[in-house]
Amino acid sequence: MPDANLLPDATTTDGVFLVLAIVLPAAGVLLSFVLGGRYAERIALVLLPSGFILATIILVDVWQSGHRLVYIVGDWKPPLGIALRADGLSAAMMVVMAIVFCAVAIFAYADFGTRAGSAEARAPFAFWILLMAIWGAMNLIFLGGDLFTLYVALELLTFAAVPLVCLDGRAETLQAALRYLIFALLGSILYLVGTALLYGSYATLDIVLLSRQIRAEPATLVAAALMTIGLFAKTALFPLHLWLPPAHAGAPAAASAVLSAVVVKGSFFLVVRLWFDVMPGMLGGAGAQLFGALGAAAIIFGSVVALQQQRLKLLIAYSTVAQIGYLFLIFPLALDAASGQLQGSGALTGGIIQAISHATAKAAMFMAAGLIYAALGHDRIAELGGIARALPMTIFAFALGGVSLIGLPPSGGFLAKWILLEATVATGQWWWALVILAGGLFTSCYMFIVLSRAVAPSGAPLKLKTAVPKYQEAAALALALTSLLLGLVALGPIDIIEVGRPDSIMVGSR
Amino acid sequence: MTILSIFDIGLVVLILAVGAASIGMREAFSAVIGFVVYGLLLSIAWVRLSAVDVALTEAAIGGGMTGMLMLGAVARLRFAKGNDSRTSLPVRLAAGILCALVAAGLAIAVLSPPEVIPTLAPMAMENLPQSGLGNPVAGVLFVYRALDTLLEKVVLILALLGVWSLAPDRMWGGIPGLRVYAQPNSKLTFLAQLLPPVGIVVAVYMCWVGAKEPGGAFQGGTVLAAMWLLVMIAGLTSVPSISQRWLRLLLVAGPMIFLAIGIAGMVLANAFLAYPAGYAKPLIVAVEVALTLSIGVALGLLAAGPPERVQRP
Repeated sequence: MPDANLLPDATTTDGVFLVLAIVLPAAGVLLSFVLGGRYAERIALVLLPSGFILATIILVDVWQSGHRLVYIVGDWKPPLGIALRADGLSAAMMVVMAIVFCAVAIFAYADFGTRAGSAEARAPFAFWILLMAIWGAMNLIFLGGDLFTLYVALELLTFAAVPLVCLDGRAETLQAALRYLIFALLGSILYLVGTALLYGSYATLDIVLLSRQIRAEPATLVAAALMTIGLFAKTALFPLHLWLPPAHAGAPAAASAVLSAVVVKGSFFLVVRLWFDVMPGMLGGAGAQLFGALGAAAIIFGSVVALQQQRLKLLIAYSTVAQIGYLFLIFPLALDAASGQLQGSGALTGGIIQAISHATAKAAMFMAAGLIYAALGHDRIAELGGIARALPMTIFAFALGGVSLIGLPPSGGFLAKWILLEATVATGQWWWALVILAGGLFTSCYMFIVLSRAVAPSGAPLKLKTAVPKYQEAAALALALTSLLLGLVALGPIDIIEVGRPDSIMVGSR
Repeated sequence: MTILSIFDIGLVVLILAVGAASIGMREAFSAVIGFVVYGLLLSIAWVRLSAVDVALTEAAIGGGMTGMLMLGAVARLRFAKGNDSRTSLPVRLAAGILCALVAAGLAIAVLSPPEVIPTLAPMAMENLPQSGLGNPVAGVLFVYRALDTLLEKVVLILALLGVWSLAPDRMWGGIPGLRVYAQPNSKLTFLAQLLPPVGIVVAVYMCWVGAKEPGGAFQGGTVLAAMWLLVMIAGLTSVPSISQRWLRLLLVAGPMIFLAIGIAGMVLANAFLAYPAGYAKPLIVAVEVALTLSIGVALGLLAAGPPERVQRP
C-alpha cells in the first residue's frame, strides 16, 4: 500500500474552477433534457461561452502560478478518491476546444435553432444536449487524474458522439454510426480491461501515484497494449480508421466539425496521458518507432485517398485521417535515447499545437463544406465552379484552414510542423522529416484541386438553393483565422504546455 | 477434491461451453438465449468469488436487461425482414484473431501475478465507518468515487437520448414502439397483476439494503424496470409518450439530486461530493432512492425503444 506521505496533492486555490468545468456541462445536459424545446439551445448558448471564460481563467491561473491546479473530489485523496488536475497541456487544449465549441454553437444556431412557439423537434433537442455532453466529456478527459474517471469520460464522449453521426436519420448515416459505435465500444472495452489490470497490479489508478510505481512487468505491458489499441481505435489511427470517413462525412456540418475537430482529440489526449505521464519510460525505441510508423502510414494513406475523392466532405474526412497521423510522430521524436524516457517538451509541444491547430482548421473546413453543400445542394468537387464568387467568405475560410493544414506560416500548422522538423534534426531521425514534408505536399495538392475548382467560373449562372446566413460564414472564418494566427503563440505563451509536467516532479521526488 | 471445487470446475466448463455455443449459433434468437444463460452462469461464478454485488449486477444487467434489449432487436429484425446476411469471412477472422490476442494477453497477465497482490480494500474498509455505510461497494460508489457514479448516470441519459434520436422526425414526442399484448384474462395479464407488487418490494429492499449489504440502486432499478415493462407489455398501463414532463423529470431526478447534494457539499462540507459529518448515510440513501427510480425508468424506456406512434389527441 502506498505510503501516506507520498500522497501528492491537495486542493489548490482556484481548484474549484476544475469542478465547475465538469458540473456546468452535466447540469446543462440534465436541465435541457427536462425543459426541452427552446431551452436546450438557450442553455447551451449561455453555458458554452461561460465554458470559454472558465477555460481561460484556468489557463491564466496555470500560466501565472506555474503549477498545476488540483481539486480533490469528495475530500478523499487518491488512491481512494479522485483528483482533478489541470496542467499546461490540459489548460491549453481546454481553451482551444472551448473556442471551437462556441463557434460550432453559433454556426449550428442556423440549422438547429428552434423558432418561437414551435414544438420541440428531434434533431435540435438531441444536438444541443449532445454538444454539451461532448464539452463536459472533453473537460473531464483534460482534467481527470484517474484512469477509471477517464474511462467514464470516454463513455460520455462515445455516447454523445455516436448519435451525432446519424442525426439526419438517413440509412447510410445509420450504418456509419453503427460502425463507429462498434469501433468505439471495442476501444472502450479494451481500455477498461487495461485499467482493471493496472489496478490489480498497483492498487491505484491515480496517474501521479501510478507513475511513481509503474514497472515493466507482463501485466503492465499487456494493460498498456490493450489500452493503446483501444484508444487508437477511437482516435481512428491507421489501420483502425475505417469508421471515420463515412461517419464524419455523413453527419450534419456542425456535427462533423465537432467530431473531426474535437472528439478524436479526446482519445489522442489519453494516449499522451498514458505514455507521457503514467509510463514515460515504458514505450522504448521499438514501440516509439511503431507508433511513428502507424502515424506515417496514416499521413500517406489518408492523403492519397483524399486526393481521389469526388465529394468534398469525404475529402475533408480523409484529410482528418492523414492529419491524425502527425500526432503520433511525436512518440519517436520525444523519446530521449539516453534515458529511454518520453520527454515532455519539444516534440510534445509540437504535437499539441498540431492537435489544436487541426481542431480549429478542420472545424472551419467542415463548416465551410456544409455551407457549400447547403448553397449548391451537393458537394461534388468537380461541380464547384463559381462557388467562390457566390460565397467568397466561406471559400476564404476553407482556404485559410487549408493553409494551416499544409503548414504555411504563420499558421498553427506551420509552427507544429516546424517544431516536429526541428525534433527530427535534433534526434537525427531524418525519415520522419521526409514524411512530414511529403504530407504537406499531398495536402497542398488536394487543397489546390478543391480551390482551383471553386474559383473556376461556372458554365451556367449559379443558382443557390438557399441564402447562407452571414454569421455562419463568420463562424467558419473566425475559426480559420484562429488556426492561422495560432502560429503566433511561438512569440508568447508557448511554454505553457510544459507547466506542471510530471517530469519536473519526478526529479523532485527522487 | 471437495464438492465445491468439482462444482467450480463444472461451472467453468459450462460457462465456456455456453459461451462458445452462443457464438456458434446460426440463429439470432438462440444466440441471445445462450447469452442470457451465459450471464446467469457468470453471476453464479461471481457468487463463488464472493463478489455478490457484481453477481447481482451481472444477473440484472448482463443477463436480464441486455438479454431483453437483444431479444427486442431480434424481434424487430424478424419484423423488418432485413437481410441477415452473415458477416464476411475476413471480418469474422479478424474478430477471432483479435479475441484470441486479447485472451492471450489476459492469460499472460493473470497467470503471472505479483507476489503480493496490492489492494485498496483494507483502506476502503478502514474509512468506511466515517460514512455510516456497511457495504464497501456502496462506499466506493457513493463516497470515494462518487464522481464516477454520478457521471455514469449521465451516460445512461445519453444512451436513452441516442435511442430516442433514432425516431422519425414526425414521431418525436410520441410513444415508444414497445409491442403490447393486451389480451384480457390471459396468463400474461395474470402474471402482470401478480408479480409487480412482489417486484416492487424486492426493488425497494435492494435499494435500501444496498447501504449495508450487497444490493443498491442499479440492481433495484433493474427490477423496477422489469416490473414496469411487464405491466406495459400486458397492456395494463399505457406506454407514456416521451414528451411527458413527469417522465423526463423522473429520468433526471436521480443524477440531478446527486449533483445538487454534491454541490451543497462544497458549502456544507469540505469539497464537491463530500457529505457533511453525520449526514452522510441519510444523504446517500436519498441519492440511492432517487437513482433507483431514475435508473428504473431509463432502463424501461431503453427497452421500450424509440418513439414510433404519435399520441392520439
